Amino acid sequence: MRRLFRPRGLRVRLVLAFVLVAVAGAAAAAWAGAASAGASLVGAAERRHTEDLVHRIEAVAPDLNLPPDQEMLDRVRASIGEHTQVTYQGRSSGELPLITGELRAAARDRLVFQRVDTGEGPRLLIGTPIVTTGLDLRRTPSGIEVYAVRDLSDVAGQVDGLVGTAALTSAVALPLAVLLALVAAGGVLRPVRRVRDTAVALAGGDLSARISTGGADELEDLGETVNRMADSLQEVLTEQRRFVADVSHELRTPLTTLTAVVEVLAESADDRRPMARESAELAVAETERLVALVEDLMEVSRFDAGMARLRTEPVEVPDAIRDCLRARGWLDDVQLDLPEPVSATLDRRRLDVIVANLVGNALCHGEPPVRLTLRADDGELEIEVTDHGPGLSPEALAHVFDRFYKADSARPRSPGSGLGLAISLANARLHGGDLVAGNAGGGGARFVLRLPRHHEEAE
Amino acid sequence: MAVILLIEDDPLVSRGLQLALTRYGNTVTTAATGEDGLRACHETAPELVVLDVMLPDLDGFEVCRRLRARGPVPIIMLTARGDDFDVVAGLAAGADDYVTKPVRPAVLDARIKAVLRRGGPRDSDRSNGAQTHGELEIDAAGAVVRKRGQPVALTPIELRTLLALSAAPGRVFTRQQLLEQVWEHDYLGDSRLVDNCVQRLRAKIEDVPAEPVYVQTVRGFGYRFGPV
Repeated sequence: MRRLFRPRGLRVRLVLAFVLVAVAGAAAAAWAGAASAGASLVGAAERRHTEDLVHRIEAVAPDLNLPPDQEMLDRVRASIGEHTQVTYQGRSSGELPLITGELRAAARDRLVFQRVDTGEGPRLLIGTPIVTTGLDLRRTPSGIEVYAVRDLSDVAGQVDGLVGTAALTSAVALPLAVLLALVAAGGVLRPVRRVRDTAVALAGGDLSARISTGGADELEDLGETVNRMADSLQEVLTEQRRFVADVSHELRTPLTTLTAVVEVLAESADDRRPMARESAELAVAETERLVALVEDLMEVSRFDAGMARLRTEPVEVPDAIRDCLRARGWLDDVQLDLPEPVSATLDRRRLDVIVANLVGNALCHGEPPVRLTLRADDGELEIEVTDHGPGLSPEALAHVFDRFYKADSARPRSPGSGLGLAISLANARLHGGDLVAGNAGGGGARFVLRLPRHHEEAE
Repeated sequence: MAVILLIEDDPLVSRGLQLALTRYGNTVTTAATGEDGLRACHETAPELVVLDVMLPDLDGFEVCRRLRARGPVPIIMLTARGDDFDVVAGLAAGADDYVTKPVRPAVLDARIKAVLRRGGPRDSDRSNGAQTHGELEIDAAGAVVRKRGQPVALTPIELRTLLALSAAPGRVFTRQQLLEQVWEHDYLGDSRLVDNCVQRLRAKIEDVPAEPVYVQTVRGFGYRFGPV
């Protein structure tokens, strides 16, 4: 499961990063646009309001009589408009609580304005002295000050609209960014997945697995590196396998001579010279063991080189099992449970190898009674071999199919090569079947071989 | 008991096998190359040839083909690898049987004797006397096969196969049964020996080997003789 999720995690991270960058970029652009447009809108409104006020004041200013009376102040206020206060030395027409003392102080000799946020929205406060121009063209403050409050809600609404548009732009960018991110992530992840698939195949033993490369980016580089690694792995492994095959092959020639002559030696050995006789018998036995080991090594290298071929033929399975045991003199040592008839299409020699190994191991390492049970349904046959010995430890179970694995080093060496179970498993798999090791309910080892009854003839 | 020519290039292997086979009562002459082997076979007319595959000049398959072209001398191939390629090529070249190195002398001697049982019809076959099936006349007692009156040169193993099949015309023999009966192999004989021998037999006795009349294939089971 982890393997499945890891690339998906990378995809999520890539998409998230892409979306964040895209949305942040879009938002920043939109916000910056909105802010500057808003500022210029507000500025324009402020200008408009102050200019309007100045115009209105200029319209009434020539008619002023100084000092103004209350009526004049009222008239000025009326002509300037609502939300206006006109003051003259403590007297006032209209009342504007928003106007602060600070603003009043500042407005004594020049036009000032200030933006404030009230509970009802933004307001523009404007304060200005009315300046009169004398006959000598000198401008002097008249002492009359005009204050006005103008509503900026319209402008604020426009600015809000701009902000909304900015947010909308960012929102529209989001799915687009996700889409682009998915495409980009796919582009990155597809080669990553190819690399992973190839690595999985390599790890699984298929050393011919390669990544198809074509582009010129970093991922193609990675692919080519993995391919080069696989090349050298394959080279090393092929060399080693060829070495094992060559060694076994080279051993055969002297073994042929040895096998031929040790029997002559043993038969010629005289009973009157017991040491010579025993030596000759040892030589015969050890030569046989060496022959079996070399045969098994050859068989293993054929599997390693992918040269093992299935030669199937119709086989009556109970007969084949009995033949196998009879040839080895085990027929009386094994309890057989063989339903009849069970025919199957399989490789007779390979079936023999497996059965001989399983029964041989049970007889050698387990305790009697050794039991062999054949079961069959339409598609599959199952051969179970159990003994009543101590069974297999968890440690042994994990390694029992390893080459040259010895379950119990304290026991005397078994007559086998140490390759028997590895070869049996390979033979089962060559049939498209399987071989499983375990322990029987009442103790004792239990091996179960499953083979399809009708393996397709390999051409 | 038999006069055997051993063609094997490795001098130690050659000497070892010669010693062992001699101990089983055979007379063994040796040759170290393919050319020498062919010459020796021509000069000494052995009863059987044991032929190594790996030879320095001609390979064993070529020697086998040339021996086969000259006559029906039985040939046992000594394959070094036991790999399918060697076995198949050896049988295609006309070998009657094969053993893989290293071979136990007892096994090799048994194979030699089985291949050699000239006139190998067992007593049950012999009792049938001469039979005629179509244009084929099989004389088990005399170990002679004639087609349209002309003798057909069969190797001992081909003759034994034909006798085994024709002893019960119409009965189907599995390859396994033929291996045990004709080759006297243990129960794990190589069924390709049978297929190969049947092919050679057909080439000699059938009018059209691809459409056999005498030795017919029963798909999935084996072979049967006739019915003609």
